[in-house]
Amino acid sequence: MLQFLIRRLTGAVVIMFLIGAFTFFLFYTVPQDFAALSCGKNCSPENLAVIRENLGLDKPLPTQFWEFMSGIVAGRDFPQGHCSAPCLGVSFESGEFVWDSIIDRFPLTLSLTVGGLVIFLILGLGSGLLAAWKRGTVVDKIVSGASIVLSSFQIYLLGPIVLGLLVYSTGIMEFPKYYNFTEEPGAWFLGMLIPWVVMATIFTAQYTRMSRSTMIEQLQEEHVRTARAKGMRQSYVFFRYAWRGSLIPIVTILGMDLSALLSGAVVTEFTFDLAGIGRLAVDSSLTKDLPVTMGVMLFGAFFILLLNILVDLAYAYIDPRVRLS
Amino acid sequence: MTTLTKTEGEKAPTGPDSFLSVRDLRVRFSTEDGIVKAVDGLSFDVERGKTLGIVGESGSGKSVTNLTVLGLHNPKTTTVEGEILLEGQDLVTTPEKEMEKLRGNKVAMIFQDPLTALSPYYTVGRQIAEPFMKHTGASKKEARDRAVEMLTKVGIPQPRTRVDDYPHQFSGGMRQRAMIAMALVCDPDLLIADEPTTALDVTVQAQILDLLKDLQQEFGSAIIFITHDLGVISDMADDLLVMYSGRAVERGSVREVLREPRHPYTWGLLSSMPRLGGSTSQPLTPIPGSPPSLLNPPSGCPFHPRCTFTDKVSGDRCSTERPTLGDGRAAACHLTAEQKQTIFIDKIQPRLR
Repeated sequence: MLQFLIRRLTGAVVIMFLIGAFTFFLFYTVPQDFAALSCGKNCSPENLAVIRENLGLDKPLPTQFWEFMSGIVAGRDFPQGHCSAPCLGVSFESGEFVWDSIIDRFPLTLSLTVGGLVIFLILGLGSGLLAAWKRGTVVDKIVSGASIVLSSFQIYLLGPIVLGLLVYSTGIMEFPKYYNFTEEPGAWFLGMLIPWVVMATIFTAQYTRMSRSTMIEQLQEEHVRTARAKGMRQSYVFFRYAWRGSLIPIVTILGMDLSALLSGAVVTEFTFDLAGIGRLAVDSSLTKDLPVTMGVMLFGAFFILLLNILVDLAYAYIDPRVRLS
Repeated sequence: MTTLTKTEGEKAPTGPDSFLSVRDLRVRFSTEDGIVKAVDGLSFDVERGKTLGIVGESGSGKSVTNLTVLGLHNPKTTTVEGEILLEGQDLVTTPEKEMEKLRGNKVAMIFQDPLTALSPYYTVGRQIAEPFMKHTGASKKEARDRAVEMLTKVGIPQPRTRVDDYPHQFSGGMRQRAMIAMALVCDPDLLIADEPTTALDVTVQAQILDLLKDLQQEFGSAIIFITHDLGVISDMADDLLVMYSGRAVERGSVREVLREPRHPYTWGLLSSMPRLGGSTSQPLTPIPGSPPSLLNPPSGCPFHPRCTFTDKVSGDRCSTERPTLGDGRAAACHLTAEQKQTIFIDKIQPRLR
């Protein structure tokens, strides 16, 4: 198991390096003068030269690449000060260190992800299991029907409806806002509640459908029938035998969804005017603030790789056939 | 009522000897295409310590019958009529809670493919120990010891370490042994083996059959042995039931049915089976046509569309009147006993040489 981890972690580092290299060169093939972008209207050649120097754009490309990559590992120095590792460079727009702006936005993204996750896992898996258990009954039909309707909804549709009902017309709740969790946990909870619920609704519907269908599939497995033939209780067979097999596809999808959410829930953030990683990514690409775009991309890639490894570990935990081979 | 006898020609009393009596069992599934009559008026008995073989093609209702005995059918889509009497208790009307106590305890089942029939997620030991804990209230430790004991009995080498293996670490034959250990862990009175050797190669098959026979001697269980392999059945069973289209078409002791079959379907089955040492000049004769749809079974005798002897029966009885299966040694066919005798001696017996 340890060997597996070491192998996967080494692989992840290599992949991160390749992604970094790829994004770096991709951006520098774009026919854009980045110095001119941050220079503004009254741009004199002298100004341009200074900006070039400040951004490190006057150096040859391999040197720039080396500085970028080594900065991630060891940090680097800029005219505005030392950027400690992991240094992802400086924003063309704000002049802030990219890593700092990401870390600044991350608590919101994390809060959004974790809160939504708790809701959609409990509701989605719960209702999916219920529908599978009560297969063919009215309960199943209601749950399945509702999940199809809800999964065809969009956050940008559902969001304004909920805001309209709870905020604008009745004033039951405040407009969503992020508060620091450690300082004001109560306000944090209320501030995030609407985004959580709206985002989780869409995910819940997907998880309901998925868990229902994989459970029904698993319940038809022969080993599940064997367990029943041994005289095991129906609920025991359901949760011990069928559920165990359903975990594999669920964990797979969960890993992908989580890594996507952690690298920024763009639509949710825009719908509720929250400034998270997703917002940062979109804003940076609109203003062609390439160091930020690259930083956000690497940050997202990190979560994708991390969750990939975690999902593989979960597979090994769930299925002994994976563990031993 | 119909009964199986081991002594030829004699009617067995429907007494305490028959441990399981199935009476006029009808199982229907409602599907999107209509109602499937999977089992249609089936009766048989199994005696304590004896083996009843059930043969028939796929879809003849063999497996459905036995899943119904265990109550493993889907209650929402299946209707069951008739009686399944286990020591006088009617399993058709027994509630699910009670059935759970019977399953794996008094009645156990061995399935066809031990790879898919064992859960890949739990150790072999745990899967054997589970029903033992459930039915006897044994502790984890006792159940584990019992699992080791059972693995020893079914001939798994190094049972103490193997008990912690997962099914995928076992070979096909070992998996089936583990499956048998699991079925026998609570010392059941009735064991239903649903094609237990079909997924195994021939040498392993022979070992498993020997094992089952030995264990039957030791445990004294009655066995229902479902197969479509007539060679296996002649080796294993005492009595034989031939099923076709959800009905029993012939019944008798294994010797009787295999040596002197009396139903055209059984003739077809035996003629289509290759034999070692059989004459190479005698071609194998398949049964013409294909098994009937259970959604819309043929009228009268379900075998009449494929039967080559319908012209011997006066009128259209074969297609209008359902032949009944008499008591004891019997075949459900409109041919008279003399006709059967003549056809068998003239046409069938030469093919079986």
